[in-house]
Amino acid sequence: MVREVEPSLNEKTFLLQALHQGLRLDGRSPVERRELEAEVNPQDLGVVTVRLGQTKVTASVSCEIVRPFPDRPTEGLLVIASEFGTMASPAFDGQRSDEEVFIARHVDKTLRRSRCIDLEGLCIVAGEKVWSIRVDLHFLDHDGSLLDAACFAAISALTHFRRPDVSVIGEEVTVHSIEERNPVPLGIHHYPICITFAFFELREATLNNTSGGEGGSGGAATAADPTAEVIQQLCVVDPTLLEEQACKGRMSVSINSHHEICAISKAGGMPLDHDLIIECSKHALKMARPLITKAKSFATSATAKKATK
Amino acid sequence: MSRQELLSPEGLRIDGRRANELRRTVCKQSVLGKADGSAYYEQGNTKVLAAVYGPREPRIKSAASFDRATIRVEFNVAPFSTSERRKRNRGDKRILEIASAIKQTFEAAIISTVFPRSQIDIYLHLLQDDGGNAQACINATTLALIDAGIPMTDYICACSAGFIDETPVLDLNQVEEASFETPDLTIAIMPRSGKVTLLQMESRLQVDRLEDTMALASEGCKQIHTIMDEVVRENTQDLVTKYGD
Repeated sequence: MVREVEPSLNEKTFLLQALHQGLRLDGRSPVERRELEAEVNPQDLGVVTVRLGQTKVTASVSCEIVRPFPDRPTEGLLVIASEFGTMASPAFDGQRSDEEVFIARHVDKTLRRSRCIDLEGLCIVAGEKVWSIRVDLHFLDHDGSLLDAACFAAISALTHFRRPDVSVIGEEVTVHSIEERNPVPLGIHHYPICITFAFFELREATLNNTSGGEGGSGGAATAADPTAEVIQQLCVVDPTLLEEQACKGRMSVSINSHHEICAISKAGGMPLDHDLIIECSKHALKMARPLITKAKSFATSATAKKATK
Repeated sequence: MSRQELLSPEGLRIDGRRANELRRTVCKQSVLGKADGSAYYEQGNTKVLAAVYGPREPRIKSAASFDRATIRVEFNVAPFSTSERRKRNRGDKRILEIASAIKQTFEAAIISTVFPRSQIDIYLHLLQDDGGNAQACINATTLALIDAGIPMTDYICACSAGFIDETPVLDLNQVEEASFETPDLTIAIMPRSGKVTLLQMESRLQVDRLEDTMALASEGCKQIHTIMDEVVRENTQDLVTKYGD
């Protein structure tokens, strides 16, 4: 497996010292997100490309008719497939890394476990035929917060998507083409939005390096020294790739407009206080609001496009 | 799908526990002969076996780190662990997720800088599955690492909690976990500082209820810590007397 190139010690120290002064390398404040741009493909429904700084993720939704699982005969299926290519980052090289598993599972929890799609509405003939909705996530460029971009891309693509209309007469099922009948939007119960936080700890030694008479080697020893006293814990929202590599821990919170947390993932890393976690979840709620409005707007943009055709 | 009543009007759960009650927890250290450290952990009907090898020479040299030990975790689910026999493939994301979460959790607790260029292997085997796999695995790993004598800053104790109707409930079993209405929160803390190293949540939970649920789960972690600490002390006492003779 190819090992990811770590940022140099100087870069990390610079980042930490800047953070100590409340500055980030791209000029944001610690609690500020990058502007999220979403682009809809006018050619077909259910394809959304999301940009978050340099990070770029495309979600495309498709559907087919399948036989339901015997234990849930009246429910449709939602399948989420994540495609991690070396295009996004040399760290993704086909073997499952921790990062890939983390992203795939969190997206799955956010969309599937929270039941944001009305699966019973996808049933055509109970026990026989249901719609299977497939979301393909393609990660095109990696500059941190892949997860935030992926979740947003997925939920907006699902909102934008229209499935063909079907009619059932007796035993016979007819699928109407888009030209024949207006396609039907999916039933969406709520719009979960994922926000990622990165946590840093500042140690005495990192800060003292500024005067730096003895230079690099001293810094190398102290940066790895776990016994050095931690003087400050810092938290930033929507980390870039460099911030992700330099941080001590990450936490992703998915939240919807009903003030419900749909998923939290913090897999190890730096130990945090309870209060900080609560604070982060409340902050996530505040930040999610404009994004929820944005995700909802894709429903209307799809109908508008249809009308002009 | 009819909704099963998970909490009776008398406040009892389907397995007869009260809302804030843990399942019966049994644990044992040094259960395997060849491993450097091992442990068996049982919480209700969830049973896990953990083995730790190392610190030892890394098999893949390129994976070694010049300043610290690398930690590897392998998690296996036995085909006979569930009521329906099912062979899980290694690529199952749920299994990989637990393994990677355990790895990252213990990276923060093990003082790995004292073993540069070496590797610590943790093998986990789920023998019986009745919910709370992640918590059982974390607790078993803690015990096995202590048994192997690997230096850690603190124990890591994990516990789950959920919310049924208006009541926070501790330590979910399989049925409660599988219900779509029940949020399922797993938390791992370092009992001395009370800080949270791992936090995972699925299904939906009101933001205002997060604090209560987390507090309850942490309380459960502390109870588990007491049980685990007792076992560790007993096991060490046993070793001391054996060496003494």
